[in-house]
Amino acid sequence: MIIASNVSKKFGRLRVLNNISVTCNKGECIALIGPNGSGKTTFIKSILGMVVPDSGFITFNGKNILHDWLYRKHVGYMPQIGRYPDNMTIGQVFNMMKDIRADKTSKATDEWLLEEFGLNQVMSKRMRTLSGGTRQKVSASLAFLFNPDILILDEPTAGLDPLASEKLKEKIILEKSKDKLILITSHILSELDELITHVMYMQEGNLLFHKKLAELQQETGEQKLSKAIAAVMLKK
Amino acid sequence: MTRIIKYVFTDILRNKIVLGYTAFLLLISLSVFTLEDNTSKGILSLLNIILIIVPLVSIIFSTTYIYNSAEFIELLVSQPLKRKHIWSSLFTGLAGSLSCSFFIGAGLPILFFAPAAIGLIMTAMGLLLSIIFVAIAMLAAVMTRDKAKGIGISIFLWLYFSLLFDVFILFQFQDYPLEKFMIIASACNPIDLSRILILLKMDISALMGFTGAVFRDFFGTQPGLAIAFLVLGLWVMVTFWLSLRKFNRKDL
Repeated sequence: MIIASNVSKKFGRLRVLNNISVTCNKGECIALIGPNGSGKTTFIKSILGMVVPDSGFITFNGKNILHDWLYRKHVGYMPQIGRYPDNMTIGQVFNMMKDIRADKTSKATDEWLLEEFGLNQVMSKRMRTLSGGTRQKVSASLAFLFNPDILILDEPTAGLDPLASEKLKEKIILEKSKDKLILITSHILSELDELITHVMYMQEGNLLFHKKLAELQQETGEQKLSKAIAAVMLKK
Repeated sequence: MTRIIKYVFTDILRNKIVLGYTAFLLLISLSVFTLEDNTSKGILSLLNIILIIVPLVSIIFSTTYIYNSAEFIELLVSQPLKRKHIWSSLFTGLAGSLSCSFFIGAGLPILFFAPAAIGLIMTAMGLLLSIIFVAIAMLAAVMTRDKAKGIGISIFLWLYFSLLFDVFILFQFQDYPLEKFMIIASACNPIDLSRILILLKMDISALMGFTGAVFRDFFGTQPGLAIAFLVLGLWVMVTFWLSLRKFNRKDL
């Protein structure tokens, strides 16, 4: 579904992405793992077209995303730090997004998370008054709202309370069963175990490996993702 | 695209500055026309206010607005929208609301008290200057990520066009017979060009001396006037196009 070929990006002198080539298919749930500053978020942003790569290209269903902006209709994105217009209320943000993405072909909206997170009761709160966790809840609900084929979640559970975090995981597992492509970055490896099928490991802008979780478990002899990654890092 | 323009408009209206600006212009223009018994004196007083205040408010307000909408822009860019549409909507929203303020605050009183050619040209210049300086502000805002730097660039550009340009270019050469050069130089500064066009419609253009006569020969004619409007239009289009090109490649 998404194919990245030799994607490179520099911020000034700093090489953030170094010849990343990767193929992601439907039905996969990929964990994007790596130390801080390894280029995970930049890679995600280049898939979304928010960062324009210096060289290389990314295709979505065979079309280069550089000139084809409509593909973002099929993408739900939950940013690491959700930034929203300060003086809008939660309700206005949701209405605006529905208004922007509404067209004849779109399916019914999926408000399951919105209700589970209890955001219905706080619709009139202004975005600037929200706590970090509530903001995350808004971002998560927005990402799932339009039933997208691809879900890109950048540290989805950071800042969420345990209850909300469980709800979100439940939702991710449910969506995974619908044959969607899900891309998750997280530093909390223990919570990824039950979600993912594939692992991508990045370091200093390089993609070190991209393989099935089962393969990784077999190679390292570890069942837990955290232990398996630790074993890989020690070997390097 | 109209959907985004709608949100930009409501957001700007919620921001009280534009309403305050309208009220301020209205207050000034009404007091100028009611205190002076002679309308051309009133027009002359308004001329300087318009040439200074309108570009200043347009450029500063638009730059701050673009920086303050960083979150909004970021949110929109990750949605199925063309960047070109996002940027054009912001431009339309800003230029539309600022021209509206100018038209209500200064344009209507001018047209009411001085409905002749001079009133028309003054309103047209005020509207064009508002739009040109919105475009310049958007170019300044897209050039740098740092808000303080961006606003600094805008203030400098305003200072350059309203003051420094005259000091550096026009006054340096005023003793030389460089009339053709003067005409071309004035086209490089929208504020100067509007000032010339307005002054030429007033009786005092005779006071502008020899250069004034040259300007009258060129801009006083129908084709000259058309060229002047074309140049002002080019100012809007070229500046906006440059900022759009920059925004299309910008990392958010």
